Parts: sequence; structure tokens; C-alpha cells
Amino acid sequence: MKSMRGGFGEMLVELGKKNPDIVVLTADLADSTRVKEFAEAFPNRFFQVGVAEQALVTVAAGMAGAGKIPFITSYAVFSPGRTFEQIKVTAALSDLPVKIVGSHAGFGASMYGATHQSLEDIALMRVIPNMVVVSPCDYEEAKKATFAVAENGKPSYLRLARQDSPIITDENSKFEIGKAVILRESKDPQVAIIGCGPVLAEALAAADQLKDIGIEVMVINNHTIKPIDDIAITNAARICGAIVTVEEHQVMGGLGSTVAEVVTQGHIVPMEFVGVKDVFGESAKNYQELWKKFGLTKENITEAVKKVITRKNS
Amino acid sequence: MEIDINNLESISGRVRRNILEMVYKAGSGHPGGSLSAVEIMVALYFGILEDRDRFFLSNGHICPALYSVMAEKGLIDKNLLASYTELGSSLQGHPEKTKLKGIENTSGPLGLGLAQAAGFAAIKKGSYIYCMTSDGEHDEGNHWEAVNFAAKYKLSNLIQIVDKNGIQIEGTVEEIMPLGSLKEKYLASDWNVFEIDGHNFDEIFDSTSKARDKKGKPSVILANTVFGKGISFMESNPDWHAKAPNGDEFRKAMEELK
Ligand SMILES: Cc1ncc(C[n+]2csc(CCOP(=O)(O)OP(=O)(O)O)c2C)c(N)n1
Repeated sequence: MKSMRGGFGEMLVELGKKNPDIVVLTADLADSTRVKEFAEAFPNRFFQVGVAEQALVTVAAGMAGAGKIPFITSYAVFSPGRTFEQIKVTAALSDLPVKIVGSHAGFGASMYGATHQSLEDIALMRVIPNMVVVSPCDYEEAKKATFAVAENGKPSYLRLARQDSPIITDENSKFEIGKAVILRESKDPQVAIIGCGPVLAEALAAADQLKDIGIEVMVINNHTIKPIDDIAITNAARICGAIVTVEEHQVMGGLGSTVAEVVTQGHIVPMEFVGVKDVFGESAKNYQELWKKFGLTKENITEAVKKVITRKNS
Repeated sequence: MEIDINNLESISGRVRRNILEMVYKAGSGHPGGSLSAVEIMVALYFGILEDRDRFFLSNGHICPALYSVMAEKGLIDKNLLASYTELGSSLQGHPEKTKLKGIENTSGPLGLGLAQAAGFAAIKKGSYIYCMTSDGEHDEGNHWEAVNFAAKYKLSNLIQIVDKNGIQIEGTVEEIMPLGSLKEKYLASDWNVFEIDGHNFDEIFDSTSKARDKKGKPSVILANTVFGKGISFMESNPDWHAKAPNGDEFRKAMEELK
């Protein structure tokens, strides 16, 4: 288990050493978004805006206009949650390289309840033209995603979890924005499980369970929600003939919807969706309790796979 | 209303112990701001709020204080306190209107409470609407939009109480985002302004009473408080913004509250 936020914070310091244009802003959450180290290493390139997310985005847009690459951090519920129009107009419509980093996404802020659990941020960000939307799955991928969005010259959203999460990728794993990665292949897969974020660990566990009962699946890490890798998704649909999507987010407008848009315009196959189904979160001791309650566990994924196979064969 | 200050002081002591117990048991919560707001909330629930009045809590992270006061007042079952932040509990980590009767506004995300209180006050002219806010929230634009609204519509039935403990998450208000003079800002925005010691019951009752008598303008009571009040090692130390005590710290804190 390792922290995605930690990976982000470490890479930010690396980037800071290499690129003097990187600046970091936060809204009274430097510690929980892991930018304290950057602030200490580069005090002149760090800005504390206070509890003021709207200023966080718009001040950063001003700095980007002046040639900087701002990384702006808060909990995802507050930014991009509170700052949609600011992002749309001052960052995206102006096509400025503001990097919105939303931490504690999904159920990570478990004890804090619905107000602090971000289950809508992917949907919000993916509907904005020009935006790049990345949801890495673990520590190493968070590092690579941070590096990649620093370099891409675009307004970008980076989605991070609060909790330490299982290690899925390593230093040598490939990462390219917009290119989905096959995590698990098999000779004759009956279903493609397409997911993003730390919940992919559940998808891999489900794949193991399914293999034990003779069901082969393919697992795809779809870390970039926008631009979506329609070639990889269409290929998976062709090869497997059925798809299950998995996300720690509302299915509506999230990865599930995104994949369905690709599938219905390309190679049409039956789909099942594992994710939050149009309900709010709530307080719990930890995110695992909430994954269970809201249906995001390996058991739920296994069930979805069985269901989609029945539909495919009927 | 006949008010016995000694009684309010013993209630405040129990509320402080409840807060510590809740946060300790949950392993989560915001003790610093909860402890600074105790006397204000006790005064509101045990001597200020009349039947038609309403209380809006804007800085919802200090809900352990609110839940404890509601329990002491008999508005919720005391046994519920132990379920704070647990799956299925009506005592969410941040208060939710649809989950617990008596919660006027869902809060936690900062800067949104005053506007809701102002909207309510603009409609319910015959009652007093009290809204607690924090100093950290004064960083938020939405808060100041409500300040303008309340002045424009002369909401003299709106009484804001600022828990001015001088601390936010990562340090003092002065370090994170200096606010200048809140008093001057509110005066310039056409509000009545009172400044009090937020742990002194006489001053809380006196200022709220005067605020109710003022006509034509909303009122704000800038209540100077001590972050973490009552626990020596928490007082004025930002580390205790959102940290649960460990076993030793909990015992030490409870000892100090005896
Ligand atoms: C919109 C929003 N942004 C960020 C946060 C995270 N947050 C929770 S409490 C807090 C500090 C606010 O300061 P204050 O209310 O004065 O805190 P206290 O006195 O309890 O220390 C912050 C930034 C939040 N709850 N809402």
C-alpha cells in the first residue's frame, strides 16, 4: 500500500527542480494535498490563497497567462467541485495550462460524509472542452500522471485518492495520457473490465476469483477519461463481446458513461456498470465500508461480469 | 428567560467532555474549533433561541459541539453521540439536514451558511435567525456575497456570531490569510458590530439582546475565543484543528476537564 497523494507530492518537488515555471497554489490544504514539501523547497513559487477555491482557480489562471504552470490543490469536492465555471472560463476556454489537483476523491474522506466525498468530479471536468482528465490508480501512476500533465500544455484535472492504495503498477509500467493500459490479459477473455483509480485493485481481485471458476476476463486501466482511448475500448469490445466498467464515482457522467458513448458509436456490446448509482455518500469509519455499501467490491464486480455474460449469451 | 450562569457553566463542562469522547471514539473530527464554540452554542440553546427562532451552523466541521449541546438540551438521545461518523448514523461527520431533525442547513463546505441564514431571515421576518460562522470562512467569496445581501435587505432579524479563534487548518488566520479588521469591514458593509469575549456568558447574552433590539441592519457579533479552549495542550495550537487525541492525550484532556 502506498499513497497516491504522496506520489504526486514527490513528483511535484522533482518537477520544481527541473522547471522554474512550475508554481503551486493551495486553499488551506497544503498538508493534506501533500504540497508542503514543495512549499518548503520553493517558498517563492508557493501561494497560500486561504479557504478561497474560486480565487485558487482564477488566480492560477492569471499566473498561467503570465507564463507559469500552476498546480492548484484542494479536496476534489471543493476544487473542481465549487469552481466549475471558473475552470471552464478562465482555464479551459482560455486554454491555459492550469493543473487542477483534486484530492480525497471518491469515498476517501469517509468519516467526513457526503459533503466531503467527491463522486461527481470526473463528470464535471470531462464535459469541458480542452480539458484533460486523468485518474491514476496508484502511487507510481500518480507520479507519472503528475509529470505528464506538467508537460502537456493543457488545462488538466488530476484526480487523487486520500487513502493509501494497493500497488498496481511499477516504475517501468507504461503511462501515456490518452492511452489505456491492459493490466490483465487472457487467451480467450469473455468480458473486458474497464476501470480507473484505486478501485482497479478490486477489478484485479475479481479477475482472480473469476478465473478460479473458469471465467477469463481482460482488465484495462483506463486512467485517462479525456481524451478517451476509443481505439482500445472498441478493440476490447470486439475481442470480448461484453464490458463491465468500474469506478469510484457516479456512473452517470463518469467513466461508465464515457465508455458507453464509445461503445454505442463503435462496436456495440452489452455493458454493466459498477460505480455509484445516483445516490449521495455518507459517513463511515473507512472507505472499505463505503465500497461495500455502495457496491464497489470485487464481489460486486464478479456479479456484474456474470450478469453481462448472461446477457451476451442470451 | 431566567438564566443561571453557573448551570450553563456546568453544561459547558459536560459538552466539552462529550466533544472529547466523540472525537476520541471516532478517531476523527475537529476538536479545536468545537471547543472554542461551546459557550456560544450553550448560550444559544439554553437561553437565547425562542421557539420560532432558528440556528444555522455554517462551519459544520465543529458539529461535535452542536450534537453535544443538542443532546444536553434533550433534542437528541445522548446515546446517539457515540455513533458520530459511523455508517448509518444520523450524526454525520458534517451535519446533514435530511439526516437529523433540528439541523437547519447541511454544512461542512465553508462559506455557505450565512447566505442560507440570510435567505431564511429574508422570508421569516417574525423570527430571529442566528448563524455561527468561523474566521477561516471569511476567506470565502460566497460569505461576503451574503454580507452584501443581508445589508441590502436590512435583515435586522439576522444575527451572525463569528467564532473568532484566530486559527484555521494550517496555521493562524494571520499566517494563512490575514483578514484585516473584520470590525471595519462589517461596519463599512452596513452591519451592526459587537465585539465580545466568546467564553463570557454575560457578554454573549448582552450582545445578542442588543442585536435583537437594533432595527434596519443585520448584526454581527465578533466573538473572540480560544481555539481548543479548556485543554491546555490544545489551546491555540493549530495541530488540533482536525486531529483525534490518542489514548494518553484523551485521558489527560478528560483529567483537565474534571
Ligand atoms: C469550501 C471548503 N474548503 C476547504 C475546507 C477544508 N477546511 C475544513 S476546516 C478549514 C479551516 C477553516 O478555518 P476555521 O473554520 O476558522 O477553523 P477552526 O477554527 O475550526 O480551526 C478548512 C480549510 C472546507 N471545509 N470547505
